[in-house]
Amino acid sequence: MEVEAGSAVERARAGDSDAFRLLVEQHSRSIFRLAFRMTGNEQDAEDVVQETFLRAYKQLDRYEARSSFSTWLFRIASNYSLDLIRMRKRHEEKRERGSRELGSEEERDILQNIAMDTPGPERQAYGSQVRDRVNEALNELSAQERTAFVLRHFEGLSIEEIGASLGTGANATKHSIFRAVQKLRRNLEPLVGQAR
Amino acid sequence: MNHVSEEQLVLLYYGESAEAGAIDQHLGECEACRTEFRALQLVLNTVDSAPVPDRDADYGQQVWQRIEKRIGHRIGKRKTRLFAQWWIWAPAMSALLVGAFFIGRITHKQATTEVAKNQQIRERILMVAVGDHLERSQMVLAELTNAPDHQGKLDISDERQMASELLDDNRLYRQTARTAGNTAVANVLDDLERVLLEIAHSPTEVSSGQLDDLRQQIESRGLLFKVRVMGTKAREPQSAPAKNNDKKL
Repeated sequence: MEVEAGSAVERARAGDSDAFRLLVEQHSRSIFRLAFRMTGNEQDAEDVVQETFLRAYKQLDRYEARSSFSTWLFRIASNYSLDLIRMRKRHEEKRERGSRELGSEEERDILQNIAMDTPGPERQAYGSQVRDRVNEALNELSAQERTAFVLRHFEGLSIEEIGASLGTGANATKHSIFRAVQKLRRNLEPLVGQAR
Repeated sequence: MNHVSEEQLVLLYYGESAEAGAIDQHLGECEACRTEFRALQLVLNTVDSAPVPDRDADYGQQVWQRIEKRIGHRIGKRKTRLFAQWWIWAPAMSALLVGAFFIGRITHKQATTEVAKNQQIRERILMVAVGDHLERSQMVLAELTNAPDHQGKLDISDERQMASELLDDNRLYRQTARTAGNTAVANVLDDLERVLLEIAHSPTEVSSGQLDDLRQQIESRGLLFKVRVMGTKAREPQSAPAKNNDKKL
């Protein structure tokens, strides 16, 4: 599969739009899964999928076949997801500081659509207690911890691959995962009845 | 063997332990470590149980359809070439659409019902045009907001050029929206214009501090989010024109 992907990348670089479409079709679902796990939000995950491929397209010349194409895409998707998470946090902090800063009613309407603090019908459809608790626990991870954990736990990348693709090295990645697991245990063990 | 540490158990769980054999053997003999490992497994398996919304089998094709227009068909061409294509057709298209908007205003005033119907069509035409405009603007804002941290100077000449080109369209749409009484759209375009102006007047290469200033302006009023939400809503084909324009977006 990766040989085929490599060939498609080469053809896409040479100007073959069908080759890039093939890559989009092949990787969209896995990028969506990753993005949803990173952001915990369907609309953001859709944005991440689109932005990932737009960025990948622009940066095709920078892709080096040392890592697999899917790992490279994961890296782009992870970084963009982290940007979204950070922006959302900053935005929510500002919102919490007081809605006085928001000038007009229509602005507040727009921002209410954006912030999604209150679960809408779409969110509620997937909003089991477990998922909410897992999302809360994931939200408590630092950006680095969350990235490393999601890539290791959900996407099955090895610690070495994660370290290489994020440029953090294997040791730092390992410790990010350890810290992530510790925090998850602290938050989720009461839920699973294994309080220590 | 001493008791197994949490780190060793985590590596074992993920199949990355270099001492898996010895740890397995220890777990067979040590109740305390076995309990510890079970607790770890339980939590990590619980994390697994969080569902991810499913996507159709043709999801990849849907994604391609959404991005195809933005990518264009010239894979491998330089980004500036791609942008140059926009600048050729975008102003002409926007002038055409806004022209259609005003012509619609002038020529359809006979019957009340027809006026209402045409009003809806005009609003739709405006929203399609604004949606495309916001999509292009979003790309500029996102490029700057998500630019990697850097030590030296960062070349933003593409974004600068795009912002400069978008400004003319933005003024046109803002005035049109204001005239049409769509203050929600007009207000966002007003905010957007200030930021586009700032970007267009920035140097070709910016320092980290200058980039931070631009980012702060983009983020200070949640502009990127507003542009994204409004752009998405404007492009929704199913969205019927609202009776109250201000609440529509």
